[in-house]
Amino acid sequence: MSEPVIKCQSVYKIFGANAERMLKEANGNVDAKTFQDNGCIVGVNNASFEVSKGEMLVVMGLSGSGKSTLLRCISRLTDATGGKIFIEGQDLLNLNNKELIDLRRNKMGMVFQSFALLPHKTVLENIAFPLQIKGIKTEDSINKAMDMVKLVGLDGRENYFPRELSGGQQQRVGIARSLAVEPDIWFLDEPFSALDPLIRKEMQDEFLRLQEKLQKTIMFITHDFDEALKLADRIAIMKDGIIEQLDTPANIVLNPATEYVRKFTEEVPREKVLLIKDVMDETISSDIGDLKVSKDETIENVAEKILTQEKTVAVIDIKNNVVGSINPAKIINTVFGGRKNNN
Amino acid sequence: MEVIKKYPKLFQWLFLLIVFFALCFAIDVPETYKFIRGQAEFVKDPNQSAFVFLGKEVRYYAFDVFWRLPPLLGWLPIWINDSLFFLMNDWMPMEFWNEDTQEYKTRPLVLQITRNLTAFMTFLIELIREILLGGLETIVAFTSWDWIDANPWAELPGLPWTIVAAGSAILAYKLGGKGLAIYALLSMTYISIFGQWKPSMQTLSFILVAAPLSFIFGLGLGVAAYKSKRVEKALYPILLVMQTMPQYAVLVPALVLFGVGDHAAVIITMIVAVPPMILLTLLGLRAVPPEVIEAGRMSGCNNWQLMSKVLIPTARRDILIGVNQVIMVCFSMAVISAFIGAKGLGFNLLLALNQLNIGLALEAGLCISLIAILLDKMSLAWANKQVDYFGNLNFFQRNKNSLFFGVVVIAGILLAYFGSIYFKDGYNYLFEVPHNKGISTADFWNKGVDWIFDTFFVYIKAFNTWLIVDVLQPMRALYLRMPAIATLVLVVGAGYLIGGVRSALVVCGLTLFIALSPWWDRALVTTYMATFGVLVSCTIGFTVGTLCFQNKHSTNFMLNVCDIFQTFPSFVYLIPVMMLFGITDTSVLIAVIVYATIPATRYTIEGLRSVPAGLHDAATMSGVTKLQRLFKIEFPLAFPHMMLGLNQTIVFALFMVIIGAFIGTEDLGQYILKALSDKKGAGIGLTLGICVAFIGLIFDNLIRTWVGQRKKHLGID
Repeated sequence: MSEPVIKCQSVYKIFGANAERMLKEANGNVDAKTFQDNGCIVGVNNASFEVSKGEMLVVMGLSGSGKSTLLRCISRLTDATGGKIFIEGQDLLNLNNKELIDLRRNKMGMVFQSFALLPHKTVLENIAFPLQIKGIKTEDSINKAMDMVKLVGLDGRENYFPRELSGGQQQRVGIARSLAVEPDIWFLDEPFSALDPLIRKEMQDEFLRLQEKLQKTIMFITHDFDEALKLADRIAIMKDGIIEQLDTPANIVLNPATEYVRKFTEEVPREKVLLIKDVMDETISSDIGDLKVSKDETIENVAEKILTQEKTVAVIDIKNNVVGSINPAKIINTVFGGRKNNN
Repeated sequence: MEVIKKYPKLFQWLFLLIVFFALCFAIDVPETYKFIRGQAEFVKDPNQSAFVFLGKEVRYYAFDVFWRLPPLLGWLPIWINDSLFFLMNDWMPMEFWNEDTQEYKTRPLVLQITRNLTAFMTFLIELIREILLGGLETIVAFTSWDWIDANPWAELPGLPWTIVAAGSAILAYKLGGKGLAIYALLSMTYISIFGQWKPSMQTLSFILVAAPLSFIFGLGLGVAAYKSKRVEKALYPILLVMQTMPQYAVLVPALVLFGVGDHAAVIITMIVAVPPMILLTLLGLRAVPPEVIEAGRMSGCNNWQLMSKVLIPTARRDILIGVNQVIMVCFSMAVISAFIGAKGLGFNLLLALNQLNIGLALEAGLCISLIAILLDKMSLAWANKQVDYFGNLNFFQRNKNSLFFGVVVIAGILLAYFGSIYFKDGYNYLFEVPHNKGISTADFWNKGVDWIFDTFFVYIKAFNTWLIVDVLQPMRALYLRMPAIATLVLVVGAGYLIGGVRSALVVCGLTLFIALSPWWDRALVTTYMATFGVLVSCTIGFTVGTLCFQNKHSTNFMLNVCDIFQTFPSFVYLIPVMMLFGITDTSVLIAVIVYATIPATRYTIEGLRSVPAGLHDAATMSGVTKLQRLFKIEFPLAFPHMMLGLNQTIVFALFMVIIGAFIGTEDLGQYILKALSDKKGAGIGLTLGICVAFIGLIFDNLIRTWVGQRKKHLGID
């Protein structure tokens, strides 16, 4: 297996005057309450995980859970108090200022919740900004920025100022800007939280389309569990600076690790989130009907078909090989069963 | 008893007042005490006591320490003075090459530095002045007088007034559109036709030098303060004192360091104009959203790029508001600097006031006001202007203003040339209207003043006498009757009740400085005049503000009026009051009241306006009447902001009281004015300035602390 693009080993971020000394004394056993009594606030508590190339990790948590702080540690907008962070094998915390700027100019892109566009520059200039900072010739950077404008579908508005755009359009500019230097790693800090629900959905779809094309390594921060389920390859759920559970969306919905996580999963429409492969039996039963469904379909799409069957349904992969089976009772059980409020 | 339990603060305040009055009555006025008029304390008198500190002898009239503290700080002004002289004349003599005599000469370092600075400033001012008005000095600076004699053609011709007027109109159009352009054109034409061109351009050239320099220094220091906490902490007390320091108290030390004239005035103007620029730069940079900074960092900016490409452009508006402030301060200093010999409108105004020629003074004052409004509106329009996109315009569209200006220059030169043929024998009116050849309205105004005096003299005099005899004299006597210790107790007690030990200590320190200086009595008179002014101003301001707030149009109208009045340099206010009331305390007080009413009104309106609309609606839905809403909702919520207005009112009142010395008051200002004409006045002037600043700071500290707590309590910020 190739080296992970982002690798965190027991990362801590503690705010306060004596943060480093307190962390040393705590000896890896950080208790938020004790720290708070001593005037320190624990932002990130012992975060360890890896993100491999082309993967999208969504960090989900409510406000104050430390998710944004974690992202800022990994982009080194703030320095982690303890632990190690590796970006493609480079020790991030040991980089000097010049190396850090180099890393940001070439490898990283970031999108912000409040868009963070420069008010005095046009759409085109905003997008070209990271390129010009890098020292690329004006003409080349403008050409490149124009490609980005097209990529995010803002053609015709490249000479507008941010103040003349709607929120969704502004965030498209933010996305284009973060992609202008063709970074490998893409950080998104609640990019769609400030948008209206309809625009948000549109932007999520747009984002998935982009990612399919670009295959970046992504860390995506959100407080919206549905958004996390929709976008993520894997989800990390944070609470009080601690990662409560880090797993695929299906596993989180089916097997919540803690009570806190379970509360989020209760209201989730499972038929929309779970795929057939998440709930099928891997053993192939002998009593199989004629209907075949793909393992990558969501339950919602095929439930009606399956439920009309009396026999077990075969599950196939792309190459039409039967890889498992699923019976109608299992569908009913998955969608309606095992929920607290239905008991 | 229940009342006391319910309002413990009320009880504490009552207790403080009782102690204060008890002290006042317990301590008798010493028989030997009398208010020292003129500079009598410098007269040697066998009744005086004396002490020697740091080698300086201080003489004073000794009283019971409870009545008046001895002037233990009396050595400070003398010491400052001597130190300045030592620095200027004896410290670190060095060899310097002298261009004129072609030999090395020994000079003290500071003197050399200030002389070089002076020469540089003089050069800058002359350069701009000669671009506007024509002259020889700039060319001389590069060559020599001999060369000029040999080449009589070498002279900067100066711009015809038509070009300057049209140029300012074009600039105004670019910044603020048609209305502003018309105003610019009209006011410039007025200035020219009425023969005020030369002094106006002198004043303008002064601003054109002082404002950019102040801007550069202010921006630089503001950025430094933003980047380093240490720099900010070092700058903070200076900024604080400079905010409440009367502008012309700083003139005095400048006199010693840089001599008399425009250059000294420019340097001192920078000292006054830089602090607001620093503050607004800092404010603007702080207001840049953190995510924008992070976006800049993630785009790979280094520190320099982050500052120049992200932070400063994003803070553009605040920084340009700072520029507006700088320009207005420079302008008001350009007028006041007439006291140390700066040329221009201020000088003419001062001259006219000295001769009691109200007509001339009004003419100069009107020009000052016109230019003040023009500069203010133009710089504000610049600040509020959004950046335009030029990418898709062709060359002519992009440069239409510059091109138009080019056409105007050629047309103006041609006009002036034809003028020189047409007005062959006399003055070329198309080039410049000389001072005494313009239309003068002075006679008209003077006759008007005479008429007012003839017609209303009896009433004015009666009002004057009543005010002075029945109101001002008793009030002044009361203030002077306060024993020093009682005042100290009152002020420190108030500090403790409002802001705890910390506030009490700060206020105590500030008060002690004044009490231990030789001018406690004078400070009391200053305070009495300021208090009277503030009381009346606040009454008027709060009432007018509240009334105007009832209607949207009157609100906007009133705010505009405040804007316009605020742009006038304080000195201008003395003209109309002298016109009506002559040279009396009444004049000063009326000027104080007019000037200080501006912030009182403005802050009242702004405070009431800041009450959230939601609360307004909620109250209306609960069925309150208009009056109930005003008293139960709007006043309590607006009160903190209105108190900040009180703070500003006090500062404005103090400034005006000090400037009122020009008319003749017996307070600190009188001594500052005297220090200006005194060779050894630097130390006295500076110490007096600090005293005035400290009076302002005492109130500032108390009010700000209170407002801070109140706002926290109400949950508004």
